[in-house]
Amino acid sequence: MAPLAKITVDHLSVRYREVQALRNINLTLRPGKLIGIFGPNGAGKSTLIKAMLGLMPVTTGRVTYGPRPLAQQLAQVAYVPQRSQIDWTFPATVWDVVMMGRVNKTGWLHRFSTVSRRLAQDALERVDMLEFRDRPIGALSGGQQQRVFLARALAQEATIFCFDEPFVGVDQKTEAVLFQIFRELAAAGKIVMVVNHDLGESITNFDQLVLLNKELIAAGPREWVLTRDHMTQAYGGHIGFFGHVA
Amino acid sequence: MWLEVAWLNPLLAPLQYAFMQRSLAVAIMVGIICSVVGSYLMVQRLALLGDAISHSVLPGLAIAFLLGFNIFIGAFIAGVISTVMIGWIHTRSPIKEDAAMGIVFSAFFALGITLITTIQRDNKIDLNHFLFGNILGVTALDVRDTAIIAALVLLTVALLYKELLFYSFDPLGAQASGLPVGWLNAGLMVLIALTVVASMKVVGVILVLSLLIAPGATAYLLVPRLHQVMAVGSGVGVLASVSGMYLSYYLNWPSGPAIVLVVSMLFVLAFLLSPTHGVLTGPGTRVGHYLRTWLRRQ
Repeated sequence: MAPLAKITVDHLSVRYREVQALRNINLTLRPGKLIGIFGPNGAGKSTLIKAMLGLMPVTTGRVTYGPRPLAQQLAQVAYVPQRSQIDWTFPATVWDVVMMGRVNKTGWLHRFSTVSRRLAQDALERVDMLEFRDRPIGALSGGQQQRVFLARALAQEATIFCFDEPFVGVDQKTEAVLFQIFRELAAAGKIVMVVNHDLGESITNFDQLVLLNKELIAAGPREWVLTRDHMTQAYGGHIGFFGHVA
Repeated sequence: MWLEVAWLNPLLAPLQYAFMQRSLAVAIMVGIICSVVGSYLMVQRLALLGDAISHSVLPGLAIAFLLGFNIFIGAFIAGVISTVMIGWIHTRSPIKEDAAMGIVFSAFFALGITLITTIQRDNKIDLNHFLFGNILGVTALDVRDTAIIAALVLLTVALLYKELLFYSFDPLGAQASGLPVGWLNAGLMVLIALTVVASMKVVGVILVLSLLIAPGATAYLLVPRLHQVMAVGSGVGVLASVSGMYLSYYLNWPSGPAIVLVVSMLFVLAFLLSPTHGVLTGPGTRVGHYLRTWLRRQ
């Protein structure tokens, strides 16, 4: 895969039973930019990511990365689910979790290589969690847990990074570390998608925004997406914070 | 001679009988595989599924007996069919998974009881042995079948350990990294069904859930990583099933309840006295504080 391939979402729709979760989404996601996916609760932000990766069935549409469907190239993808999806009492240490990022690259019936251990160690160092490597994950704070998951994503050597609500329940330091690494990944030519719902100050960290409310409202450069018109379409009249809206 | 040690005699004397040697072999193997496979059930909160599969094996066993097949194979097939049906009801209707389990396993169980009760009028087969275990009645063939299953289960867990760890901790993340989670889940169901089948003669289908969950749960209160939970849990499981065998021998108790009483007691000990999670000795408790200070001084 050429390193600078883009993701194309073409007429994507998702229904669960009676509910239309996403309607006719068309998008192009390019490497090198930090992309924020925004919208109100229930707008289908997480669903969009899961549908793109083939983690849930889509009703219509296709998602390609380069010439082929993205769902067939998951070895290129690092995905960090919402914190609420994880059972944090699971008997695993920080090291166990980061090594999970190496499972697919290692392959069936093989042991983790020295290279894999090296990558996991570097990733933990990068998120400033190396000293916690032998701690049970349940003994960490929410922010530390999120940084461990970021380390797992880094250890995957992916070209596409998807983070679902990574800022929920994390401390200031973690938020800074996350944004710092997201920017570095984007600068290194990766595709970086972050689902978020916080419209506060941190929105200025994103280069590109995708604004959703079951259908696509706007996508593109931040200044272009953040208009009063778009926000009203996405959030209805119920939005208090317009500080960054043009 | 070490055999002369008097207090060991009650433990060693019964082992001169071939049937006790067979029982011991089966008790050890079942204690290990139940704990290893049960650890996955515990961490995935699938205890009810273990119960469902164990109750569902009965009709397969009865039908295999009637047709003259190996009853282990019949039981295994019924266990797998029940999980497929549970999944089918759950995905094709708005019925939730736990309700689907309740419906399927009680139906299978009822069919099994009916079939075996009918068969046992004319045959040498005892329903109670399948329900509550009969560890002293294992045959040489049972030992062979249990050994084959145990080898298969342990080999599979060892070879797929890193994939199963990722999948059971974070199924979405595992799927997103490209792992075939559908196959891993199916493999896990097969492991559970095999383990239940192997444990039938030892604990019986009603109480096998205890031997699946309690050793892992006990170990979980003592050690922090999944492979350690499996290892310590195996020790707990073996201790329980071997103790149950002796209780069955000396007191003529049904082996299943005897094993379950021992493993439950071990769980209570860990629950009260674990250094990390114990109610009496964990962090923040007075006893725990004194013990830790005392240990530091030594």
